[in-house]
Amino acid sequence: MPLAREDIASRLAEVGYIADRDLATALWMMDFLKRPLLLEGQAGVGKTEVAKALAALYDAELIRLQCYEGLDQNAALYEWNYQRQLLAIKAREGAGETAERIEEQIFSEKYLLERPLLAAIRRAEAPVLLVDEVDRADEEFEAFLLELLSEYQVSIPELGTISAVTIPRVVLTSNNTRELSDALRRRCLYHYVDFPDVEREAAIILARTPGVASSLAAQIARLVAAIRKEDLRKAPGVAETLDWAATLAGLAIEDLRQSPEIVHDTLICLLKTHEDRARLTRETTQRLIGKVA
Amino acid sequence: MAQAGKTLHDPALGAQSAARIAAFANVLRANGFAIGLAESRDALAVLASPAGRRSNLLKPALRALFSATREDWRRFDELFEACWRGKGVRKVQPLRGAAASAGQPRPLPSSFPPEAPPGAKESGARDDELGGASTSGDRRDAASSAEALKSRDIRHIADPQEMAKVHALAERFARRMRARLDLRRTIHHSVAHGGTPIDLVWRRRKLRPLRLVLLLDASGSMELYTAFFARFLHAAVDAFREAEAFVFHTRLVHVSSALRERDVARAVDRLALMAQGIGGGTRIGESLADFNRWHAARVINSRTAVVIVSDGYDTGEPERLGAEMQRLARRSRRIVWLNPLLGWRDYEPTARGMQAALPYIDLFAPAHNLESLAALEPYLARI
Repeated sequence: MPLAREDIASRLAEVGYIADRDLATALWMMDFLKRPLLLEGQAGVGKTEVAKALAALYDAELIRLQCYEGLDQNAALYEWNYQRQLLAIKAREGAGETAERIEEQIFSEKYLLERPLLAAIRRAEAPVLLVDEVDRADEEFEAFLLELLSEYQVSIPELGTISAVTIPRVVLTSNNTRELSDALRRRCLYHYVDFPDVEREAAIILARTPGVASSLAAQIARLVAAIRKEDLRKAPGVAETLDWAATLAGLAIEDLRQSPEIVHDTLICLLKTHEDRARLTRETTQRLIGKVA
Repeated sequence: MAQAGKTLHDPALGAQSAARIAAFANVLRANGFAIGLAESRDALAVLASPAGRRSNLLKPALRALFSATREDWRRFDELFEACWRGKGVRKVQPLRGAAASAGQPRPLPSSFPPEAPPGAKESGARDDELGGASTSGDRRDAASSAEALKSRDIRHIADPQEMAKVHALAERFARRMRARLDLRRTIHHSVAHGGTPIDLVWRRRKLRPLRLVLLLDASGSMELYTAFFARFLHAAVDAFREAEAFVFHTRLVHVSSALRERDVARAVDRLALMAQGIGGGTRIGESLADFNRWHAARVINSRTAVVIVSDGYDTGEPERLGAEMQRLARRSRRIVWLNPLLGWRDYEPTARGMQAALPYIDLFAPAHNLESLAALEPYLARI
């Protein structure tokens, strides 16, 4: 039941994700071509949120695999439950069973621990598989992932080949800490996620933070956009904007000009390093507020 | 939404649209996009779908399909407009740096002391030989190398065979930092023996232990050592899969791509070219600031050792250097500072820059000959 492309954007908005047209198209193509989607962009632009929204959109389960250096198949695909196997061996030896029989027993479904990738291809309803920060994993893992994403089957030596029951919708995210292989890039659809423009960020604030008036949301979006242009070590992401909007709403601020002091003090929601905090002095904040409000 | 003028002329016609997609794919390929047959086929499917009849949907759809990198993503629109709407644009835009330089050897100037190309080939061949030997074998080989070579100051090493030893040394560093007991697999295998761990499984390469970031001072005062360390850089980038190299004098240049060139002589030449025109005094502090600001987040992770090769003669403010060293130290796991001058008998690190940097250095070591570099090996293996 692939959705029409036009419906995707409006349905996404219903689940609280304000997508631009390009992203909606990419999400439609994921379904149409059955390809994974690779999202790149700076930290904090909402890459992970796309997968969550997609899961909400299709009312599907979200299975998340967080990649890290040294991630291997044991942690990503499956693992045998060694402790249980050992216990079973001892118990069955005591009961006088033969070695072959024991071996047959301990390498069965019962002793298999599902990890995210295996889980993703064995669900009756197609889930959304989020492979987060795939650039952190090693190249070996990337190659393995590529194989899985083209065949949608895995082989477990002791059990045999397991084919996908349903094809999951796969979203990969990368922060560009390492170049991904061309093969993986080619296998995927590509979308570069940028910080939202002012209108879209205001819409996101309105959708996600109850109690913020639209005039304030627009002010916040403009100020955050201005702050991102400052020479900072870490530009604030969308999640930070939402935190800040919620904070301001909690403090019953209706207009940024109303209390620049509070605005400056609450900027800790946006600026997460000491240097950035020091760089945005009271005067700078004042100037920025004057410019955007 | 779609304006009448933007509608494509009947693209659903099979053969015609296939030809258009093929032509478009060719243009993209000529511009450095990696597009296979599967992508073209999928593009046809998109074209035949409802989205294909609306050009304002077609563009984002094809962009998602054909782009593989941010660079592709950024340039796609212009190429699309040129191909599908016939707007006048150059057929081939300048390629990305890496793609452009690949396979097109240009006559390169060589500001590092020259090495004859036949000699370089020979050194490459020797490298492979050493790389193929067992660990203990090539350790003995390097360890038993002529005393004269080991203790000779690097400034005087020019012979390709001796250079090959440098390569082997860097490669050994890389290998020493791997190999650990894989407990999970050992237990897994022990299941077959009723839980007795008989087969020990060694973890290899899985947990890639260390990323190496090398910062090489290529200023005038280091001139005599630069050629040697350029080769060391090349060998390290070659042997570590996760190594990044930078060269600095007055500013910082990211040289990893040049060093990925397999041929040593060509790599060093490219390095020389990239590092050109930045003569003058050394600004270590500013170069480090540059590194911290623009590269550190990308190239440094929690398991990164930063190796700075410099004599510490800084013409900038020592306070600046101190502050930047502090920032760097907070990010990286270890900072190793190799100072060729430290090997000299009467050298004291009195240069003001060196003084400012010292508190943040985990290992301050001489690096004026092969012996001193080899002495680093146990240290690096422990990180």
